[in-house]
Amino acid sequence: MKILTEHIDVPGIETIDVFCKHGGYQAVEKAIKKMTPDEVTEEVKKSGLRGRGGAGFPVGMKWSFLAKPEGVPRYLVCNADESEPGTFKDHYLMWKSPHTLIEGMIVSSFALGANTSYIYVRGELMYVIHILEKAIQEAYDKGYLGKNILGSGYDLDLYIQPGGGAYICGEETALLESLEGKRGNPRIKPPFPAVKGVWQCPTVVNNVESIAATSWIINHGGEAYAAIGVGRSTGTKLISASGHIRKPGVYEIPLGITVEDFIYSDEWCGGIRDGHKLKAVVAGGSSVPILSAEMILNTVDGEKRLMTYESLSDGGFATGTMLGSGGFIVMDETTCIVHNTLTFARFYHHESCGQCSPCREGTGWMDKVIYRIEHGKGRKEDIDLLVDVAKKIEGNTICPLGDAAAWPVAAAIRHFRDEFEWHIEHPELAIQPGAVYMRPGASWAQ
Amino acid sequence: MEAKNTIVFPAETLDLVQKIMKRYPEGKHKSAILPILHLAQAEWKWCSPEVMDYVASLLSIAPIEVYEVASFYTMFHLEPVGEHVIEYCRTGPCCLMGGVEVYDHLKKRLGIQTGETTSDGKFTIKEVECLAACGWGPVFQIREKFYMQLTAEKVDQIIDELSK
Repeated sequence: MKILTEHIDVPGIETIDVFCKHGGYQAVEKAIKKMTPDEVTEEVKKSGLRGRGGAGFPVGMKWSFLAKPEGVPRYLVCNADESEPGTFKDHYLMWKSPHTLIEGMIVSSFALGANTSYIYVRGELMYVIHILEKAIQEAYDKGYLGKNILGSGYDLDLYIQPGGGAYICGEETALLESLEGKRGNPRIKPPFPAVKGVWQCPTVVNNVESIAATSWIINHGGEAYAAIGVGRSTGTKLISASGHIRKPGVYEIPLGITVEDFIYSDEWCGGIRDGHKLKAVVAGGSSVPILSAEMILNTVDGEKRLMTYESLSDGGFATGTMLGSGGFIVMDETTCIVHNTLTFARFYHHESCGQCSPCREGTGWMDKVIYRIEHGKGRKEDIDLLVDVAKKIEGNTICPLGDAAAWPVAAAIRHFRDEFEWHIEHPELAIQPGAVYMRPGASWAQ
Repeated sequence: MEAKNTIVFPAETLDLVQKIMKRYPEGKHKSAILPILHLAQAEWKWCSPEVMDYVASLLSIAPIEVYEVASFYTMFHLEPVGEHVIEYCRTGPCCLMGGVEVYDHLKKRLGIQTGETTSDGKFTIKEVECLAACGWGPVFQIREKFYMQLTAEKVDQIIDELSK
């Protein structure tokens, strides 16, 4: 079942003519000519679509919070700042099929009553920005954007805003600050963007994949979308698969397949690279807890874990993780968990905006301590120190970057404490190039 | 950077600047800082104080408003750089795919460390965080172009090509 990527490999799909030949812009025609904005919102609510950027908040509900004071413009801003390590699905979708996003932007803007919308794309993807800008011009030329779209009286202008290289701008209020031409410092909430967003006007911020999915929902109905998936995990999800698998890439999966199928089936990742064994997975982007092979494949009750919001988080952080952004990073037995955790800690240290002291100081502290463990200079008390620092960042910051920085460190120690201990107890072995600790009896151990 | 007495965009870029400023509601043209800084860096390779002052003058805002933005976002070079800036991804997934070895090869090949520029001014190496290309790692970027699934051999080919 493919919704977003059904035609992604059709030659020329980036052009509006080919895109329209494959059913493109029918959702715009339907929504604008035959539906009211409230009816569009109602379908999205019925679909059960949840925010695909990582938080998983119901999209229709987010839309219904949008304040609509008389005479005040409201805005839709697409979050295309995709920067969560392990995640590259939005990059792929915009690069291959820009009109899939643009069509969704028009449908969603219509539902929200926005007459100006922005797509905030991370600046590193300048080549994708050029692709999107070309596609937007085509949509203007066809009358899907601009004044009086399809004779309906509805006007919409759509612009691209480039970022400048800052993970924090994926946080929606930091993104809005950045769109206003400022440093990307997250705002204190409330007020939420739905009430006071960009330029203090009501604003909805949605991820690329969420917005892109609205076209299919309008074409086929919210109930048809909700029929895909399991429980509250409806529809399809783009999963960015990377690491030690046979076939890295972006896969659109119906939510609800098993993790085991996703990793080992030829339809998806195709299994672990030849001659190696699965050791660990970070299932939803670098922020979510890492799990060992056993834990990612099965829940603590021995049931096969599913690719759903609920099943991946089954067991809480003690034994579970999160679907997050769908950045699925697979590691085999050659992976040093300490080194991998160091790259993540370094990432959050680099990307902390510096506003809140627990995050500003804590991320640097964790980076330093893991660095010395990795480089054979670890101290016995360092592991508990890391746990303590992580605990003191979590929940004590304006935005979730603090949590995102604390979780991967805490989880790596929770599930691979022996590997940290080994580094500290055997520094002379740990500093050898390619050295990896093998847990006795582990399924991945040689 | 080439010696220029006055910093002024070419006419067609100035037209584009005017267009960009119209993307935002009246009076909110400060939003154009990031797009214009990108244009400025493309023109002059790095954001010198003079370049940032010029961007401020285009937007009729105080220079500090441009400095504080340019210094927050890692894409803007606040020091002179070489002709080709190689920005390699140092984050987890690229490291899993052998990034560390490939980047070590790159540094050895060019004889410089991260953050340095070759003596002929041709190459600068910078390390950056995740470039959203994890399935195609290891990855580096030179200006707008992504170079993916890098190996030592591929790095040599790229450097040979750019050295011509």
